[in-house]
Amino acid sequence: MTELDCQDVLNHLPAYLEGEAPAELGAALERHLAACPNCHVVVDSLRRTIRHYQALPGPAWSPAARERLYQALDLAEFLDHEP
Amino acid sequence: MNDIEAERALLARIHQGDKAACAECIEAHSPGLYRLARRLTPTENDAEEVVQETFLSAFKAIDRFEGHASLSTWLYRIAHNAALMRLRRVEPESVSVDTPALDADAVTVPRQLFDWCCLPESDYDTAEARQELEGAVHALPEKLRAVFVLRELEGLSTEATAAALDLSLEVVKTRLHRARLWLRERLSGYFAERVRVEAS
Repeated sequence: MTELDCQDVLNHLPAYLEGEAPAELGAALERHLAACPNCHVVVDSLRRTIRHYQALPGPAWSPAARERLYQALDLAEFLDHEP
Repeated sequence: MNDIEAERALLARIHQGDKAACAECIEAHSPGLYRLARRLTPTENDAEEVVQETFLSAFKAIDRFEGHASLSTWLYRIAHNAALMRLRRVEPESVSVDTPALDADAVTVPRQLFDWCCLPESDYDTAEARQELEGAVHALPEKLRAVFVLRELEGLSTEATAAALDLSLEVVKTRLHRARLWLRERLSGYFAERVRVEAS
C-alpha cells in the first residue's frame, strides 16, 4: 500500500476510530500518525473528546421532575414504589 | 425471561391498562429520555414537558407499536419528534440570536492543533469542564446534535440511532463523525485558552 497523506487520514478516520479499517490500511494509518505530528494531535485529541463525552454523566432526572411526571400521568400512587 | 420477552410482557401489560406497568416503563426510560430532551431543548422545563409528552403519546399509541425496534428506540423517536415540535413553537423573541461559530460542514478540515495530551486528568473532571462539554453539545449544529446524543452519549447502536431518527446508516455515521470533529475543534480551543490563561 502506498503511504498515506493527511487527507487520506481524514477520509479513513471514521473507520479507523471504530476499529473497522482493514489491517493493511490500519497499519498505513499508524505509520502516518507516527510520522505526522499534526495528524497525531488531531487523532489523539479526537479520541480524548470521545472518551470524555462517553464519561460525561449528563443532565440528571430530578426527583422533583419525576414526581411531577407521575402526577401528570395520574400515576402518583406508584411514586413510592421501588423501581 | 430474556430482555425481548420481558419487554413484550411489559408492553402487553401497558396495553391492558396496567398502571404499574406504565410506572415501570417510566422508571426504566425517563432518565435517558430526559437527557436527550435536555440536550435538544433550551431549558429544564422544556425537557420535562418533552418527557411528559413522550409518555403520554407512547401510552396512547402503544397498540401501534409494532416491535420492529426496541421500546427504548421507539421512545427516543417520540421524544426527538416532541423536542423538535417544541423548538418550532418557540416564540421569535425567545429564540437565541447566537449562531454557532462553527457550522456543520466547516470543520471537516481540523484547524485547532493544540495538543492536550498532557493535560492532567483532573482538568477534565471539574464542574467547569463538564459545563463546557455540555455547552458544546448545546452549540452543536442541530442536525448533528441528536445523532451525537443518541449514538455517543446514550450509547445506542448505529442501527438504533438510524431507526430513532429516521435516517440511513450512512447519514448517522457521517453526522456522528462531523459532530465529533466539531466538538474536538471547540474543546481544543477551550483547553488551549485555559492553558494560555493559566500560564499568563
